[in-house]
Amino acid sequence: MARFTLNGRPVESSAAPDTPLLWVIREDLQLTGTKFGCGIGQCGACTVHLDGVAVRSCQLPVSTVEGKHILTIEGLSANGEHPLQLAWIEEQVPQCGYCQSGQIMSAAALLAATPKPTDADIDSAMSGNICRCGTYQRIRKAVHRAAGGAA
Amino acid sequence: MSADNPTRRDFMRAGIAAGAGLTIAVYLPGCTRRAAVVSGPPFEPNAWLRIGTDGVVTVVVDKSEMGQGVLTSLPQMIMEELDGDWATVKVEEAPAGPQYVNPAFGLQGTGGSTSVSSSMVPLREAGAKARAMLVAAAAQKWGIEPAACSTGNGYVLETGKGRKLSYGELTVAAAAMPVPEKVTLKDPKDFKLIGKPVKRLDLKGKVNGTAGFGIDAHTEGMLVAVVARAPVLGASVTGFDDKAALAVPGVKRVVQIDSGVAVVATGYWAATKGRDALQVSWSKSPMAGVSSADLSAKLKALSSKPGVTARHDGDAAGALRRAAKRVEATYEVPYLAHATMEPMNCAASVQADKCTVWAPTQFQSGQGIGVQGIAAKLTGLPESAVTVHTTFLGGGFGRRFELDFVIDAVQVSKAISGPVKVIWPREDDVRHDLFRPASYSTLAAGLDASNKPVAWSQTIVCPSIMSRFTSVFGPLPKGLDSSSVEGAANIAYAIPNLHFGWVNAEFGVPIGFWRSVGNSQNAFVAEGFIDEVAHAAGADPYEFRRDLLAGAARHRGVLELAAHKAGWGTPLPAGRARGIAVVESFGSYVAEVAEVSIENGKVRVHKVVCAVDCGVVVNPGIVAAQMESAIVYGLTAALYGKITLENGAVVQGNFDTYPVLRISEMPVVEVHIVPSTEAPGGVGEPGTPPIAPAVVNAIFALTGQRIRSLPIVLQDQKV
Repeated sequence: MARFTLNGRPVESSAAPDTPLLWVIREDLQLTGTKFGCGIGQCGACTVHLDGVAVRSCQLPVSTVEGKHILTIEGLSANGEHPLQLAWIEEQVPQCGYCQSGQIMSAAALLAATPKPTDADIDSAMSGNICRCGTYQRIRKAVHRAAGGAA
Repeated sequence: MSADNPTRRDFMRAGIAAGAGLTIAVYLPGCTRRAAVVSGPPFEPNAWLRIGTDGVVTVVVDKSEMGQGVLTSLPQMIMEELDGDWATVKVEEAPAGPQYVNPAFGLQGTGGSTSVSSSMVPLREAGAKARAMLVAAAAQKWGIEPAACSTGNGYVLETGKGRKLSYGELTVAAAAMPVPEKVTLKDPKDFKLIGKPVKRLDLKGKVNGTAGFGIDAHTEGMLVAVVARAPVLGASVTGFDDKAALAVPGVKRVVQIDSGVAVVATGYWAATKGRDALQVSWSKSPMAGVSSADLSAKLKALSSKPGVTARHDGDAAGALRRAAKRVEATYEVPYLAHATMEPMNCAASVQADKCTVWAPTQFQSGQGIGVQGIAAKLTGLPESAVTVHTTFLGGGFGRRFELDFVIDAVQVSKAISGPVKVIWPREDDVRHDLFRPASYSTLAAGLDASNKPVAWSQTIVCPSIMSRFTSVFGPLPKGLDSSSVEGAANIAYAIPNLHFGWVNAEFGVPIGFWRSVGNSQNAFVAEGFIDEVAHAAGADPYEFRRDLLAGAARHRGVLELAAHKAGWGTPLPAGRARGIAVVESFGSYVAEVAEVSIENGKVRVHKVVCAVDCGVVVNPGIVAAQMESAIVYGLTAALYGKITLENGAVVQGNFDTYPVLRISEMPVVEVHIVPSTEAPGGVGEPGTPPIAPAVVNAIFALTGQRIRSLPIVLQDQKV
């Protein structure tokens, strides 16, 4: 039995201890904004925050998050109005949209640590997130916009 | 497990709960005005829209939203002619049904970059007819002529007077009006929505996590299955032992289906553990000894055959014999996987008298062939008993035109008599794809004494995709699969003697449609080779193309625009060079100039300038996004894409062995759209074909190395 905090609420999971957090979030807690893309930590679609740090939830056995604070895309803001979410719409970032929860969660962790990131900072923080629609150029613009810089 | 479970509600809001299709309510910021709701049936003049008594227009979109923006661009067409209130428009995915057959194929599906071109006239007419009925209803109420009425923003107005009625107030009266047989469509100069960079309607759910993809589909009691698939292509199950699998906590059932043995569990993790514990024996496949090197050798061997003639102008063989100079080359490209961001998956619920399928599909069709058709066949139910809910697609690229993932779900659900979602691990998604065909080309061109090209002869060897569909579309016309030669045989260069032959190479490797289909490989070959011919002629590759396109105005238009915007011929920093390519595909013309350098022995693409002429533009923002997207897709293939076989098994499995472009490698992409009144062409695919040749042509300009196979491998990494 793992107990942790999900988007500010205490939850507990009776899933097998080796179950990746991704599937506990998606299937047991029914928060489906966090996506499955590769299962090996290569694509970033499953990115969530673990005590404020961007992590790949497909690589985290649920037993290891005991007592931790997990934040998913659903908990990023109350009304979808986190500066990144607004910037994402303003720059019309998503296409198919499948990777975008993970992209936004990686960007949110970046901005929390580096409020005014350079292009190099963005490349470094966001290179673990694949987008097959090729929205990268607009992602860069949107991160800058959310950071209050020139978009 | 306990949680406050807000997600169920979110999921309902996103609209993929049982019984509901994908519906997205869109209320733009600052536009919360809605008329008071009066009860009554909606006004539903045709299959494409309905207007509620609250005035809200719901547009029914028959194309799948896979990122290409149809949930916005198609409503733009209807709302333009309807003069509806864009701020409150709702969109909904169409069910499967004969009224939604894509006129481009005669089947219900999304592909071939046809969404805008096939919809433009029918959807504008649908909006205009509804508008005419609303006007007629208002005119009757007021006792005036319809000609004395105008419309705007969801209202009928008495022109020049103060009276007005909202569309919502007119629903009942409008429904009683006759449907006009003919309507006059707006003059393009009066467009308020078509041609405007209207913001996409599908983004809110895509930034807050509520957008419902296939993998998010859920109904009460739905189980999750993972399938043990053949390790060697073409092998089938000869037996299995499920004891260990069934011993895994959470595993409920193990059932054999066409694609292998499905392990059904309470969740994905238990299902994969069950699959890993499963013992399956497989038949010996004819593919068992086959490796990529063998297939490559066979392609080369077949290139000496004459093949089927795809195009024959003048006398290429004679002109080549008489030429003052000959240029010869061979080109080769590998099989490619699609690797959509959302791995293949599908959910189904088969019951005694009905079947429901939740599918991220490009091919909803009935008629015995699409999702509805195959589900009916597999269940023995009539097609009318099969409901297809189209979810968002986490990428399509042609992969989701296939039905394999749908068959999985329907067969498992039927076997267990309950709802199930089959999820493909990424390794299954890559290894059991239907691949972009490998292809091999031999080419010869001749130049006369003044360095004018006089002949081009090419033989293309590759497997035929359309041969898979002869039972639907009939035999290949004149034995030719035109998708195997598109991108080469249709070159627009004014060369008097041309010959294109095609040899069908049937290898047993599953193949399918991959973004831009034959253009994806043939444009690389043709646009690489024309660069070689230009070089042999001592000409600038841009000027050389331009001269040969004197009679091809739209090709030449985009070529000149891309070259101009890229500063073709102007100096670049040391260590950088430009390459250019121009390709027509799917009715659109695209030229791209790539600026590259070599960094640490690797190709680095810094900038891509793209010019596109896609005819009338519905949404320039979406067109630009699609060009960026297509460039990234093609660049990924050019730099990394390669599926190889070893002893009948696909070597690559996940993004560690099948890498894709990441943000740190993203070039600056500039898109320039040619203003046009021509009929709309496609935009989903045409940006892909020019990028690989533009990049390899730049590498040649930089290093003198001519890249004739993909993915790009530099011979000399010290540059």
